[in-house]
Amino acid sequence: MLIKDGIRMDGRKPDELRPIKIEAGVLYRADGSCYLEWGGNKIMAAVYGPREALPRHIQDPTKAIVNARYNMASFSVEERKRPGPDRRSTEISKVTSEALESVIFTELFPRTTIDVCIEVLDAEAGTRCAGITAAAVALADAGIPMRDLPVACAAGKIDGTVVLDLSSEEDKEGEADLPVAIAPRNEEILLLQMDGHLTYKEFEEALDLAIKGCKEVAKLQRKALLNKYKTFEVE
Amino acid sequence: MMRKIVLPGTEVGDAKSKLPGKGVFKEGDKIYASRLGILSEKGKYINVIPLSGVYDPNVGDNVIGVIQEVFKNAWIVDINAPYPAFLNLENVPWRVEYGETSKYLKVGDVIISTIAAIDEAKNIDISMKCKACRKIEDGIIIEIQPSKVPRIIGKNGSMLATLKKYTQCWIFVGQNGRIWIKGEDEKVNLLIKAIRKIEKEAHTFGLTQRIIKMLGG
Repeated sequence: MLIKDGIRMDGRKPDELRPIKIEAGVLYRADGSCYLEWGGNKIMAAVYGPREALPRHIQDPTKAIVNARYNMASFSVEERKRPGPDRRSTEISKVTSEALESVIFTELFPRTTIDVCIEVLDAEAGTRCAGITAAAVALADAGIPMRDLPVACAAGKIDGTVVLDLSSEEDKEGEADLPVAIAPRNEEILLLQMDGHLTYKEFEEALDLAIKGCKEVAKLQRKALLNKYKTFEVE
Repeated sequence: MMRKIVLPGTEVGDAKSKLPGKGVFKEGDKIYASRLGILSEKGKYINVIPLSGVYDPNVGDNVIGVIQEVFKNAWIVDINAPYPAFLNLENVPWRVEYGETSKYLKVGDVIISTIAAIDEAKNIDISMKCKACRKIEDGIIIEIQPSKVPRIIGKNGSMLATLKKYTQCWIFVGQNGRIWIKGEDEKVNLLIKAIRKIEKEAHTFGLTQRIIKMLGG
């Protein structure tokens, strides 16, 4: 039993997000960085560049390469994860790179790379969405020109109900998971994946719910970035 | 005057009455910010002055570079930009014979140079034929965020004048975020602290007064 009388196991309503905390500019050595806590997820994102792409044969003379690297710490999940890239994190790295690339003005920096490192320190369902959200804040913090601040959020289906932002148990026991990344200004979809089964009607409902969730997270992203430059005490 | 901080994708104006300048882009009838920065309007143009980001080289900038590689007819110089810069042996103030480049500048040497040309593919040519250009032999180099350079210099060089006045150090600020400092050890330490403070608090008001106070004015 995952949902009872419209209240989920952790006490949330179907369209409620887990608590989110975002902090921009936490790393000194990176050009831009972000620390994000989303429910039980703890994620650190760092952006380096644009910098010279090496070795030279990977350079693109027309645009910058966006190179995101999603990595899960061995201690981020209950059972120790074997460190290093695996099938799953390679895939997430690829889809994240492509989602971010579509909002960045890559043509302004030919022959360079923009490296985005997403480190999952603690995982609890929805890490790819949290990763993209954190990466977006880090990119803005690094001063990289973008069309919009991308944001991601998942929706899913548990016990026949479409809900927002699945938790760990809901992800494991539920029927479907639908991570969505958008550019909130014009609702352009940057990433859309689905695991499980949804009817066409349920899919539309879940997509709308996820976009609604994204817009809420987008507000928190903006607040976090403005906070970095606003909260400064004069002694 | 209120300074407004904008984020990528923030609407900053109407394309019918205004023109997009730097750090913004036009989409449809609206102008949006493309990067994190402070909004500024100059005449018909809307600009966003970046608060962060890597050094974006412009022709005419004076930069402090480090020799990375030595060729027979040129040097490759790291100028803290996303691209390496080329210094041809014809663009130095000395008469250098072909193949004798390493007699004049070796790997790791630090120079002040000016950006002579940038082409479409962002190949950068630098030159040492300017007044301030020279090989740096003494003092120390510190690095700051390139976006904070205008604040170190201040309006018409006011901040730089303040720093020079209270520390009696020799200061040269490269547009690429490298600063050359020469002076007494104690004063240099104080100056570095002051520069770090300016870097950290670049977006706040009344900074010059606080710096003067810090330097004991």
